[in-house]
Amino acid sequence: MDPVARQTLLAAMDAGWADPRRLYAEASTARRLLDQAREVLAQGLGVRPSEVAFAPDGPTAVRWAMEGLLHAARRRGARTVASAVEHSAVLAPGRHRATTAGDPSLFVEVPVQPSGALDLPAWNAALQVPGTVAAALQQANGEVGTMQPLEDAWDACRRAGVPLVVDAQACLGRTGAPTSYDVLAGDAQSWAGPGGLGILVVPEGTRWALPGPPDPDGALSGPTRHTPWVPLALAAAEAWQQTGATLDADAREATALVDALRAAAAALPDTEVVGDPVDRLPHIVTFSALYADGEAIVREFDRRGFAVASGSACTASTLEPSHVLAAMGALTHGNVRVTLPLLRVAGGRSEDVARFAEAIPAVVAAVRAEVGAPRW
Amino acid sequence: MVTGVPEPGPTQPTPRPGRVPTRRPEPGPQPLVVVDARGLRCPLPVIRLAQRAGECPAGAVLEVLATDPAARADIPAWCRMKAQEFLGAQDHTGPDGEHTAYHVRLVG
Repeated sequence: MDPVARQTLLAAMDAGWADPRRLYAEASTARRLLDQAREVLAQGLGVRPSEVAFAPDGPTAVRWAMEGLLHAARRRGARTVASAVEHSAVLAPGRHRATTAGDPSLFVEVPVQPSGALDLPAWNAALQVPGTVAAALQQANGEVGTMQPLEDAWDACRRAGVPLVVDAQACLGRTGAPTSYDVLAGDAQSWAGPGGLGILVVPEGTRWALPGPPDPDGALSGPTRHTPWVPLALAAAEAWQQTGATLDADAREATALVDALRAAAAALPDTEVVGDPVDRLPHIVTFSALYADGEAIVREFDRRGFAVASGSACTASTLEPSHVLAAMGALTHGNVRVTLPLLRVAGGRSEDVARFAEAIPAVVAAVRAEVGAPRW
Repeated sequence: MVTGVPEPGPTQPTPRPGRVPTRRPEPGPQPLVVVDARGLRCPLPVIRLAQRAGECPAGAVLEVLATDPAARADIPAWCRMKAQEFLGAQDHTGPDGEHTAYHVRLVG
């Protein structure tokens, strides 16, 4: 979390603790602070404050974004479309709706290219089917970093009359906020804000409503009728301002560091670096080493002081490999995912990356030796 | 999803016993080499495949039996990385549980 936003969070626990719906002095202070936070976020996203809404976290924001479109269009249809690499907050409810209705055609997962980028002709075709009322696409994938062709995908949606949810959970604070969407969803953690705060943008022209009764104080709770804990919203707004001021410089440096990591991984035998090398998020790198055990790699890096993630099946509670890697046709075992923190959060970032790059060959070799990797 | 790819020619059963070899044994289909990786977790099914592939001549067809869900992505990915030919996969349900059979033709 951003250090200045952390200070804000602590201070707001004193200044903004009260329930903003009450009438006493502390409550009006809390309400004023929440309004300010909403204004900062709205300005940063280029929207009106009344269009900004909150959720308990990023995945809930994405799920609600789809549910609001579906509910508003319930008389026209119930079919939804998403890329095959979307967050499970899109895929799991989509599959569940189709299964519950006994109609597999209600949820369409559109394939991606080996780079992870959307197959646009297949997307266009999927949108044409009558009864399609919502589509979901990430601005960029949080596992492999590949950016999606948002403008083209949104154009296709508008031609077909299907509103688009854009999931920017991996992107806000790392790359420019998107403008091609009908509903936007994000997570304050992506811009070094606090955990436990999701954000939605529901522009006034979008037909969107969650089921349930309206909130008499809609100005406070917004379209999602979720009023966050005020200190969280304030810390998120502070982090947005801090991150926004350094976004370009941070992204430039991160892009170069990831280039170096990609080169270090690609230099290993039988190792493939996954995702688009150029059209990608600045701070994410993913590679897979043939004949290596993903869990052992994570453990070995952890032993050396590096916290890495993995899309390999052996590292998942379900023992299923990453659906993103599988959809891309990438190798799923021996997978390593590195997400660089923002420089404001980790001052020694470039030194850490250099040490990490140096460690990659030894770690992969050790893990391969452990399982008796063949020479072939 | 690779399931449903038609059964490839060379994965037919080996010639019936007692059959007299023809005068032109090449380039007839090679016998099927079975790699039983059922019960093994990633990366072991791919490692077993690679070990057997190293012992087989070009043109050989390997059948990998696996229960690990990662094999569905990783065996085609191995073929791509090693420039071998992925022929397809079939799901099987039997008295001893479910598994998938993957077929790979060695190109060289």
